[in-house]
Amino acid sequence: MKKNIILAAIAALGLGAAAQADTTKVGFVYVGPIGDGGWTYEHHQGLLAVEEEFGDKVETVYQENVPEGADAERAMTQMALQGADIIFTTSFGYMDPTINVAAKFPNVKFEHATGYKRADNVSTYSARFYEGRAVQGHIAGKMTKSNKIGYIASFPIPEVIRGINSAYLHAKKVNPDVEMSVIWVYTWFDPAKEADAAKALIDNGIDVVLQHTDSTAPQAAAAEAGVISFGQASDMAEYGPTPRVSSIIDNWAPYYIDRVQAVMDGTWESVDTWDGISTGMVKIGEITEAVPADVKAEAEALRDAIGAGEYHPFTGPINKQDGSVWLAEGEVADDGTLAGMNFYIEGITGDIPN
Amino acid sequence: MIRLEKRPTPSRGWAWATPIVAVLATMVAGGLLFGALGSNPFEAIRTIFWDPIFGEFAFYYRGQLLVKAGPLILIAIGLSLGFRAGIWNIGAEGQYIMGAIFGAAVGLAFYPMEARWLIFPLMVIAGVVGGYLWAMIPGILRTRFNTNEILVSLLLVYVAEQILAWMALGPLRNPDGAGFPGSRNLGQYASSANKELIAGWGMHWGVVAAFIAVIFAYILLSRHILGLNIRLAGEAPRAARFAGVNPERLVLLCLGISGALAGLAGLFEVAGPAGQISIDFNVGYGFTAIIVAFLGRLHPIGILLAGLLMALTYIGGEAAQASLGLPASAIQAFQGMLLFFLLAFDVLTNFKLRIGGEARA
Repeated sequence: MKKNIILAAIAALGLGAAAQADTTKVGFVYVGPIGDGGWTYEHHQGLLAVEEEFGDKVETVYQENVPEGADAERAMTQMALQGADIIFTTSFGYMDPTINVAAKFPNVKFEHATGYKRADNVSTYSARFYEGRAVQGHIAGKMTKSNKIGYIASFPIPEVIRGINSAYLHAKKVNPDVEMSVIWVYTWFDPAKEADAAKALIDNGIDVVLQHTDSTAPQAAAAEAGVISFGQASDMAEYGPTPRVSSIIDNWAPYYIDRVQAVMDGTWESVDTWDGISTGMVKIGEITEAVPADVKAEAEALRDAIGAGEYHPFTGPINKQDGSVWLAEGEVADDGTLAGMNFYIEGITGDIPN
Repeated sequence: MIRLEKRPTPSRGWAWATPIVAVLATMVAGGLLFGALGSNPFEAIRTIFWDPIFGEFAFYYRGQLLVKAGPLILIAIGLSLGFRAGIWNIGAEGQYIMGAIFGAAVGLAFYPMEARWLIFPLMVIAGVVGGYLWAMIPGILRTRFNTNEILVSLLLVYVAEQILAWMALGPLRNPDGAGFPGSRNLGQYASSANKELIAGWGMHWGVVAAFIAVIFAYILLSRHILGLNIRLAGEAPRAARFAGVNPERLVLLCLGISGALAGLAGLFEVAGPAGQISIDFNVGYGFTAIIVAFLGRLHPIGILLAGLLMALTYIGGEAAQASLGLPASAIQAFQGMLLFFLLAFDVLTNFKLRIGGEARA
């Protein structure tokens, strides 16, 4: 019974805060620092875009460096108690905490990035980063001279594995001799570890660095070694024209503005959004002059074909690593398989850690 | 000119006063830091130290204080016994992880059986065993091969983190989790959940265990021969040997107790607030507990207060981030200052400040 009283108190406070506020309060929970130059930086750009768009009609709050787990629950509860109307939780590991807190605050809307659990007041959203990886893979395959490309991977979750497969597939298409080495660093943001991984790959003879981690440390390592790299999550343009020859940019701003608008209008509904190049959620950063003009043109054509829906990066024939058939000739991967992807495609050496 | 003069015996007064002076100095220096960052320093200090206990949302934060302080106190109590005897277990974080893995593995092995009376106690025992065994590695290496337990226990933290990642991705991964890393949620499985005993109060079994540990440590140190031996070994190792204290036994005992308590803290955390084994399950309680132990003067009651204070800086610090827009690194710097000032003012326990000319020898 005590529980009900407390829930009632929380609900009453929530209602009270909502009733007296004529501004919409928007909360963001970040896994890294806003200055990481990658993932969290781009989400924070989204926050700034929301402020820009709505001006006095919104109030934004954020908390950075929030560990995934009990601390995340507190960060979200804190924001909800302080009257947030919508809270964006921007890391995969916030999934269960988001669901738990959302159950206690039915009047607050939650938006969880990259997860798969939804509720009446919890939406999920993610971007089809693998579309950008296809473009990177194409450039990498064309640019490598040693025929060895390296990939700094964070955690063996489907999102990361999709990126590895997509990059490899498209590198292989333009360069049958290409080999890819993957290093797992088990972190989203740790400049020292990321730099070590980049150096280890470079020492093994790779001359293209791809990364699925959030800091710019691999860019610096690539610059030092004179190999090329790609910006991740953010443009990382300060490392161009080389080592950074292009990038995947996560562009969350339109989505955030859209969702905050929906809360203001009272039209917010729980949805699952998975957008890519076509809506602009995934952008390809400028391909620099370090890339030959013909390769650049091909890469841009690939980008545009994906954006227009004419080409899907996972179009058969594609075999799994063990040689079994995954997609037959002309077959296109369905979203369900992609969302849970836990296997390498044929030709990638090494195992997915587990 | 200011000179330091060694006191013949450490000052008891200063030993108790330094934590308080350190907290006050941290508030002042922190206030200056927050002011320099463009926040109102008084508002920031109030948000960190006052609001979580007495503010508008205190009904929520008070419970969270216990959630955060529970593991810190439980681990710090264990560490303090060894620290008193000059046995330095720096690897409580690893023992915390192993306790969580052992405990969670037992709970998950029974899933979905409904038998809380059996499963939860078994998990608690497994948690204790996990932490104990992990602490025995530096213990046995020290007593057999005379290795340095500081290095071994610390490095084993990184080994434990690798095992944690392996568990989250492999053996303990949720089979219904669509391939994503992380175990089933123990908090949502009735037989294993370490739920709040009274909803909203934050009090779960781990916090209860922490309070019991404080009481036991107090009795042990003030009434029991083992407590006397521990204190003697730290303060006068030669005398301890003459008194028949077996140093090897003491090493194993102190590391064992601290490992077991850290493992227990890990189990209660994984079955309660954290809910699941995940790659980044550990958030540094084992390391922060070292600060808590010293801030509490290695005294059980002191540790209780220091644990609550440390929890307050975390919770209040988060609130300050969200409501005042202070950067996370400013809060970390603020917490760092606490240890810095404590160590700095500790000088006064052992030294006198002399202002002016030469003192007579």
